[in-house]
Amino acid sequence: MPVTYIDAIRDAQYKALEEDERVFLYGQDIGKFGGAFKATKGLQDKWPDRVMDAPISEDAMVGMAIGAAIEGMRPVVEMQFADFSSVGFNQIVNNAATHFYRTGIPVPITVRMPSGGTPGSGPFHSQSIETLYAHYPGCIVLTPATVSDAYHMLLEGISMDDPVIYCEHKLLYRWLKSDNYDGDGLPIGKARITRSGKHATVVAYSAMVHEAVRAAEILKAEGGWEIEVVDLRSVKPLDTDTVMASVARTGRLLAVGEAFPWGGVTAEIVSRITAEGFHLLDAPPMRLNAKDSPIPYHPKLWAAHRPTPESICHALKKLLNY
Amino acid sequence: MVVDQTRDTMETSKEQARKVYHAMVRARILEAKFSSLYKAGQIVGGVYLGKGQEAVSASLGANLEWGQDIFAPLIRDQAGRTAFGEDMLDATRTYLGSVKGPMKGRDGNIHRGRPQEGLLAMISHLGTSVSVLGGMLKARQLRGTLGTSVGATCVGDGATSTGSFHEGLNYVAVEKLPVVVVVADNQFAYSTPNNKQFACDDLVDRAKGYGVPGHSVDGTDFLACVETMTAATEAARRGEGPQMVVAKLLRLGGHGEHDDGSYVPEELKGSRYGRDCMEVGKAQMIEKGWLTEEELKQWQDDAKVEVQTAVTTAQKEDAPDPYKESWTALSRGSFREW
Repeated sequence: MPVTYIDAIRDAQYKALEEDERVFLYGQDIGKFGGAFKATKGLQDKWPDRVMDAPISEDAMVGMAIGAAIEGMRPVVEMQFADFSSVGFNQIVNNAATHFYRTGIPVPITVRMPSGGTPGSGPFHSQSIETLYAHYPGCIVLTPATVSDAYHMLLEGISMDDPVIYCEHKLLYRWLKSDNYDGDGLPIGKARITRSGKHATVVAYSAMVHEAVRAAEILKAEGGWEIEVVDLRSVKPLDTDTVMASVARTGRLLAVGEAFPWGGVTAEIVSRITAEGFHLLDAPPMRLNAKDSPIPYHPKLWAAHRPTPESICHALKKLLNY
Repeated sequence: MVVDQTRDTMETSKEQARKVYHAMVRARILEAKFSSLYKAGQIVGGVYLGKGQEAVSASLGANLEWGQDIFAPLIRDQAGRTAFGEDMLDATRTYLGSVKGPMKGRDGNIHRGRPQEGLLAMISHLGTSVSVLGGMLKARQLRGTLGTSVGATCVGDGATSTGSFHEGLNYVAVEKLPVVVVVADNQFAYSTPNNKQFACDDLVDRAKGYGVPGHSVDGTDFLACVETMTAATEAARRGEGPQMVVAKLLRLGGHGEHDDGSYVPEELKGSRYGRDCMEVGKAQMIEKGWLTEEELKQWQDDAKVEVQTAVTTAQKEDAPDPYKESWTALSRGSFREW
């Protein structure tokens, strides 16, 4: 029986609830209803007190989690969509994220953020905002791209003492399948070489890892190009060493992200590799992001707003031909 | 000086009133020292005083037990902190930037706290404390350790305009958590008068909208404050859910010591709310025979020594060393990237 990415998230929460009495889940419609994406389906039946419905109050949801964490609990907050976390932004970046530095008392909260675009979801149910949480000091920002990572990184995140922003990609929820949750045991903080290559490195994370792999397959078939794909897994901490080692092998770098283009994770990668690995580069490093507009509703517009295998191939050809 | 004659019928205990007033005396003297140190250039950053709000703040703090209850003070709650049991050294060390203070120089002035001991360290974003208090109490409820503990927070009239305050109060009301939310309606949020802050007649009217009991009190009336805060705290402790207290008064100074508050109309200063709760309280205590002039003088003298000792101690201590600073916000040092 194969398991999906959303199964992984649900089952990781099940395991966390079962193994650690300090864990509880809190979010809108997550109780009897099981959550907008069914990530908590059936969990309230088993743990009536520790799977709690919240009012539509993202600020108070995070504030509540902060308080519970100060008291020694391990809250997992579900934002119904990452987009709505903007309402809880202040509690995350100014309260949770500063608390350990200011007081010496850690705030072990995990905030689950259903992220990224899906066809027809429009401007307010599609955002990828990992950059915002990575910018402020004090959060660990996870961006799993595989079923196994979705499972193990959520569990590892919940066990951490620092605030964790867990960005789960909605497009992967149901189509990304695996035989089981067995993984390669990589800890948070280490990137993975998803596909080995020698002509260029594509650095990606979350759903863009899969788009990058598709692009690599196209170029392999078209011209025998061997593209290396690095899955960052977490954008904070960001495993510069693994990216640097890959660029040392390939001499070419393309950073791909689904977020808006101004600043962000891809800019950070290009900046770090350019500053510290300039001598390794045979071509100017490139970035490919979503467009600098709100995320459009219509599937035709949406598909062109974010990087696709085709647009990644286009960028890679430019990079390879430099 | 007007002393309310109706007080005789009220059941304020002598012991509680003395505890509150003693904290007010100590806080007023400590804050006067902070003001002097600021004006002498000895304190870097802002100094925010609770002058005029001591009765409200201390009568709340005195109802909370250190180690059991939770207090989330805001910027004008020195008296509440003192009544709750905060060590004066925590205040002087934080204001003077001693590395031995609870914030180690990483945060200053009124942002100090000891969260695991039940004294939260406020952030500057108003209204955020209500849901945090709620979460702390909810955690205890889940673990079965709530007992009769309560959480209390003070905010000002300005904070009631924030979404965070609304979300927080709505949350604790929905969960019927033992929280006391005190609104010190001091007529101004920094320089903005109430008529540009809210449109309802009285902020206590909002309690009904949240489904919580509302208590009104004249924040300059010392004994009324003691009585109201005690009643509100006890109601929360008995399991009657969140209590909202609105205390009307006037801030007797600027927003901070950098601000002369010249925008406050003279007419308001001369009104009932312009009374100094310290003076009102003194008259009430002496009239009741609960405090003598001699005792008060002794409290003041003792407080001056206590304050001077705390200031001198903090002044002798080291400032934080940038070369020894961790420079990471994460507890997991191995994740430090810069």
